[in-house]
Amino acid sequence: MSHSFYYMARDQLQALINELRARGYQCIGPQVRDGAIVYDSLADCTQLPRGISEHQSPGRYVLSENNSQRYFSWANGPQAIKPYVFAPRESLWRCEKDNTGQLRFTDLKPAPGPVAIIGVRACDLAALYIQDKHFLQEEKKDPYYLARRQKLFLVAVNCTHAADTCFCASTGDGPRASYGYDIVLSELDDGFLAHGLSDKGLELIKQLSTSPPTETQLQQADEEIQHAARRQTRRLPSRNLKQALFNNLEHPRWEEVAKRCLACGNCTSVCPTCFCHAEDEEPALDGSGSEYFRQWDSCFTQGHSYIHGITIRSTTAQRYRQWLTHKLGSWHDQYGRSGCVGCGRCITWCPVGIDITEEAAAICGENIDA
Amino acid sequence: MKPKIAVHKFASCDGCQLAFLNAGEDLLTLAGMVDIIHFTEAGPIDEETEVDIAFVEGSITTPADCNRIQRIRKNSRYLLTIGACATAGGLQALRNFANAKEWVASVYAAPEYIQSLATSTPIREHVKVDLELWGCPVSAKQVLRAVHDLLFGVTPKVELDKVCMECKRQRHVCVMVSKNIPCMGPVTRTGCGAICPQVGRGCYACFGPAENSNTGAMGVWLQGLGLMPEAIAKRFLFINSEAPEFRAAGTQWKSK
Repeated sequence: MSHSFYYMARDQLQALINELRARGYQCIGPQVRDGAIVYDSLADCTQLPRGISEHQSPGRYVLSENNSQRYFSWANGPQAIKPYVFAPRESLWRCEKDNTGQLRFTDLKPAPGPVAIIGVRACDLAALYIQDKHFLQEEKKDPYYLARRQKLFLVAVNCTHAADTCFCASTGDGPRASYGYDIVLSELDDGFLAHGLSDKGLELIKQLSTSPPTETQLQQADEEIQHAARRQTRRLPSRNLKQALFNNLEHPRWEEVAKRCLACGNCTSVCPTCFCHAEDEEPALDGSGSEYFRQWDSCFTQGHSYIHGITIRSTTAQRYRQWLTHKLGSWHDQYGRSGCVGCGRCITWCPVGIDITEEAAAICGENIDA
Repeated sequence: MKPKIAVHKFASCDGCQLAFLNAGEDLLTLAGMVDIIHFTEAGPIDEETEVDIAFVEGSITTPADCNRIQRIRKNSRYLLTIGACATAGGLQALRNFANAKEWVASVYAAPEYIQSLATSTPIREHVKVDLELWGCPVSAKQVLRAVHDLLFGVTPKVELDKVCMECKRQRHVCVMVSKNIPCMGPVTRTGCGAICPQVGRGCYACFGPAENSNTGAMGVWLQGLGLMPEAIAKRFLFINSEAPEFRAAGTQWKSK
């Protein structure tokens, strides 16, 4: 492994951004906004959250300064890759009536330029893999998702800091980024270890000022990732919980969690694997045309289970059960793995702090580890 | 013949009528599609002619209002409420939780000349309402969509989801989680475009309760954020205090 790592000083991150921008990439990266670390356009390293840590607990996210020179000494924010491939809202097509009364349809498929996202985490990459499986199934690839996905260049960063809500070590999705990226960085006190996975990634690293890493640097990077794994206290098994959950469809816990749950959909919106959307149209007032769009939906909304006059899941207990049994159970049938990557966002960003690991354990009982 | 519409005003601030006047180019399109029979704020005054769609802004607060809304109902094929006052009593419905007579006496030098009811009530408590558009104020988009749907003979689409859904689509950071700001988004109907969280403020529940709102858990969490029961009651009993879900939750916290 060691031969494929390159050491680069901290200033080379700006050089990497410059190289990407010179190649026409719009760079997206983490930065502090509104009390959280969010992803937005990035031109300069000074925008990065240098010396910032975040503390996460159920229903709580707080930033603090840590006096470090590091850019990535935090675990995650409310979103990462998902909005850049699966748009929160996008128009799909437009229909207009011309002078002769004929209808004309226009495809509104996006034609994005190349986008490089810097600072994505192992959990985000695992989630992207799942979203790819959903949106890019053979024979029915989603053209809107595909257009953006094809233009993506990903610079991952290995996690050295786990939030209290993180449990990627138990799902097997982190904290080390092991696939799906172009370049991965391990941040050290004075710079980075960089590894290129794709040809594009390798070629870019070669443009930077690098040197072979020392054995100590490699060990330290490795130790910090292991530390991030050891620090995690929550856990959720990655194995198929379908039977354990489906055997407990009448468990009293569903009603109990429904008493606390606001059914607001924040968990599904911040979940990097949730892909549900609703489609609707926006007609012109005079009926001359109509624009058809889709937007993020959630199994916690009424519309999600509304079918011709009937709402299948009218109660929060049914909606929460739908979410959990799908995410951790029937997801395996569809995508060959669990729908949870252990990022813990649904725990942190639930306004009332409902913890998926706690609920799953309560419902599956001792079967959770079976 | 073009369909006829009317815009009526009861106890209100007139802000919802502005949804029409602020519609810009769409207002001209609308004027080409319908005959605006009655719309005092815009000019035409004729309450007696029968119309296809009557928009009603404001709540019922006087004996005269009680009679006028009956006449309007009789003259209208569809009756739509626009805004919090017409739909859920409005801010002035706070009198329903107090002694209205005392309030009048404390404000007016000669209260015997004031003919107002002890309550401010939503239109649906007086006549059949075909569609309720929530909001304080409603938006031009909401109103025009309802007009479009009715004119084209489709069931009007109304928002049911919580503000949180739109807030997250716009990628705002949750103010409750990151800043401990009490936000009514999780129990409030979307439609405003999540404008308060966008500027770092909590939602004020202007659009009334969303479907399947868990006001119980919401109140308990607000208490956890440090709000006293009286303050929690005020969150529910504010702009839409006559919405049944908010009224029940607010009354409960008020009595604690």
